[in-house]
Amino acid sequence: MTTPAQTNAPALSLHVPEPPRRPGEAPDFSGLVLAEAGAVARPPVHAPAETLRDLPYTLIRVLDGSGRAVGPWNPGLDAQTLTAGLKAMILTRTFDERMYRAQRQGKTSFYMKCTGEEAIACAQAGVLRREDMGFPTYRQQGLLIARGYPLVDMMHQIYSNAADPIKGRQLPIMYSSRDYGFFTISGNLGTQYPQAVGWAMASAYSGDDRIAAAWIGDGATAEGDFHQALTFASVYRAPVVLNIVNNQWAISSFAGIAGAENTTFAAKGLAYGLPSLRVDGNDFLAVHAATAWAAERARSNLGATLIEFFTYRAAQHSTSDDPARYRPGDEAALWPLGDPIQRLKAHMIREGVWSEADHQSAEHEAQEAVRAAAREAEAVGTLGQSRVSSRTLFEDVFAQPDWRLRRQRQQLGV
Amino acid sequence: MPAMNMIQALNSALDVMLERDPKVLILGQDVGYFGGVFRVTDGLQKKHGLTRCFDAPITEGGIVGAAIGMGAYGLRPVVEIQFADYIYPAYDQIVSEAAKLRYRSAGQFTAPLTIRSPYGGGIFGGQTHSQSPESLFTHIAGLKVVIPSNPHDAKGLLIAAIEDDDPVIFLEPKRIYNGPFEGWRDRPVSSWAGHPQAEVPAEHYVVPLGQAAIARAGEAVTVLAYGTMVHVALAAAAHAGIDAEVIDLRTLVPVDIDTVTASVRKTGRCVIVHEAPLTSGFGAELSALVQERCFYHLEAPIVRVTGWDTPYPHALEWDYFPGPERVAEALRNVLSGEVA
Ligand SMILES: Cc1ncc(C[n+]2csc(CCOP(=O)(O)OP(=O)(O)O)c2C)c(N)n1
Ligand SMILES: [Mg+2]
Repeated sequence: MTTPAQTNAPALSLHVPEPPRRPGEAPDFSGLVLAEAGAVARPPVHAPAETLRDLPYTLIRVLDGSGRAVGPWNPGLDAQTLTAGLKAMILTRTFDERMYRAQRQGKTSFYMKCTGEEAIACAQAGVLRREDMGFPTYRQQGLLIARGYPLVDMMHQIYSNAADPIKGRQLPIMYSSRDYGFFTISGNLGTQYPQAVGWAMASAYSGDDRIAAAWIGDGATAEGDFHQALTFASVYRAPVVLNIVNNQWAISSFAGIAGAENTTFAAKGLAYGLPSLRVDGNDFLAVHAATAWAAERARSNLGATLIEFFTYRAAQHSTSDDPARYRPGDEAALWPLGDPIQRLKAHMIREGVWSEADHQSAEHEAQEAVRAAAREAEAVGTLGQSRVSSRTLFEDVFAQPDWRLRRQRQQLGV
Repeated sequence: MPAMNMIQALNSALDVMLERDPKVLILGQDVGYFGGVFRVTDGLQKKHGLTRCFDAPITEGGIVGAAIGMGAYGLRPVVEIQFADYIYPAYDQIVSEAAKLRYRSAGQFTAPLTIRSPYGGGIFGGQTHSQSPESLFTHIAGLKVVIPSNPHDAKGLLIAAIEDDDPVIFLEPKRIYNGPFEGWRDRPVSSWAGHPQAEVPAEHYVVPLGQAAIARAGEAVTVLAYGTMVHVALAAAAHAGIDAEVIDLRTLVPVDIDTVTASVRKTGRCVIVHEAPLTSGFGAELSALVQERCFYHLEAPIVRVTGWDTPYPHALEWDYFPGPERVAEALRNVLSGEVA
């Protein structure tokens, strides 16, 4: 090791961030600074980026503690839209619980829930159009579910069975559905972000009216792809909505390891000159309103918006994970921004468009829908019981297989 | 001697090196408090301190780039890339930088880092948890590439890699972390318990880089393998009832050419086995080396048994994985001369 220089300067020391609390300790959210619901102004969509520089440091919220929708970001949604959104969230959570259990029962190898984050995908699915292209991560199953994608097809994919729409090619939950505006999910974090920008550039190039959207986790914003995407989005004013789902955790690493000790994720957009919002991700109405603002900017050819959704990963990272090893067990239950389903439910009951009885029957309906889909998918087969024919192994490598693939198929005898 | 599985053996190597050398430090995703998704760094932060083993942001290029800078300062960083399938964002730092610092600065700057990463298939991990990218590194001048096949070697090789003054890519066959895997998909999983190579000394020792091991001595045919495929090759030889000499390469670069040459000159036949796809795989390099050195001793063409030239599948994993049936068939074919 190099000998330290002989000066009178104090010795340097290396800083490694640590979360405020670990297992066995009481959760501590005292560091959270949360704006009041309704407190943040809603600028016009054509406001120049330099007038929007405060937005990444506050929090756009619509639903207050008593379930009222307040302030300029209130999207004023009708009862039908609210009901559809709430039902989509309930169905997403029910689906997640069922498939989590299916993994535990050995019916598949892997599953990932989005518990606590349902408002984000479920609200956005209604703002973005099916003709737009979404570039999701593995935690946006709500996009498909809210759009009415067949649950049974999701299960076929999870079971990697003979009816899997993507032929058993990918790990469970790595869906793909071009028809539903859902780009093929990559297991490699961050790669979808610049791709979404490119898709949006292509739409602009073609004089189209469709936009793109991308999602990334707090942890994955550290990847170069994130920064490459922001550069392209800014330079070419791409019609894209760039979402960051900050659920506070990246497997076992708290958001401080991704830089959250020093700034917000939304603020990363500032240096690129991108309008950047920071939004309560557990507030269906705020998610809806912020996404509508960003989508309108994109559709008006004003370019990209970066949105940080502030939320909490209430479940384990995946079925391979055990959060009790690295964070206080009751952190999720005590999350100050609450649960998105409970919050929207309280609001709708208060508005007189929903009741406890409606809620119960919606939960029952969701259970039935998931159960029926599971019956159908399991009749085809769970992982290992059923799979596509072996010859499909060599298909789709290229449009046309070359001599090597033909020969290798013969060698396998299929 | 304590019995260890491969995870414990690797943990022990890191523990020993953190203890011995203050210049050694570990960084990677989830390696700190949590101890790594495969538990290889379990307990090391607690024992050695926050700055000796800590979490890194999810940017593989950043992790390796920072490790190169640490190495240039004089430290000996050990980096964990959570899955080898996620190493590509670091490829530029590895290929253009780590591999070339010594050469381009005429020795002024070096990159004595070790890049550990779980690799390989057999775990139903789909295309992003199963790949075998070793040949992307064996092709690069200035990189050493190491792949252990058992707990004893894993510890000794990892210590050797950390002590080496040049960058080492250290790929860990995750399928055999907890027990050897012979490639029979339907048989119960086995553990390392009772396996002779699970006897791992608690203290410091080295398995030198560049030395292969003869996993099974034999006369009829030489099998060149590494990682999980060593166990598959042994199973295949037993299955086919063929007196194969199975060589566990352990280090791919620099490969132990003397051991390989001596064996093939003795047996006159050579089968090469790896999980990675065929085209431009490390088997191609091995095949060329054997042909160059053993041509007049060969009694049959050299045969490669590998993954197919497709992305790694999920549902069809067992059609992809070159299991003992396929290796056994290759052994029979090189003996009977029925090689297409
Ligand atoms: C390039 C790459 N590096 C590492 C991983 C392993 N990995 C999978 S998910 C994950 C954490 C991601 O956290 P975040 O981006 O916050 O998303 P979240 O899981 O919280 O939704 C990691 C490290 C990966 N999939 N891809
Ligand atoms: Mg996260």
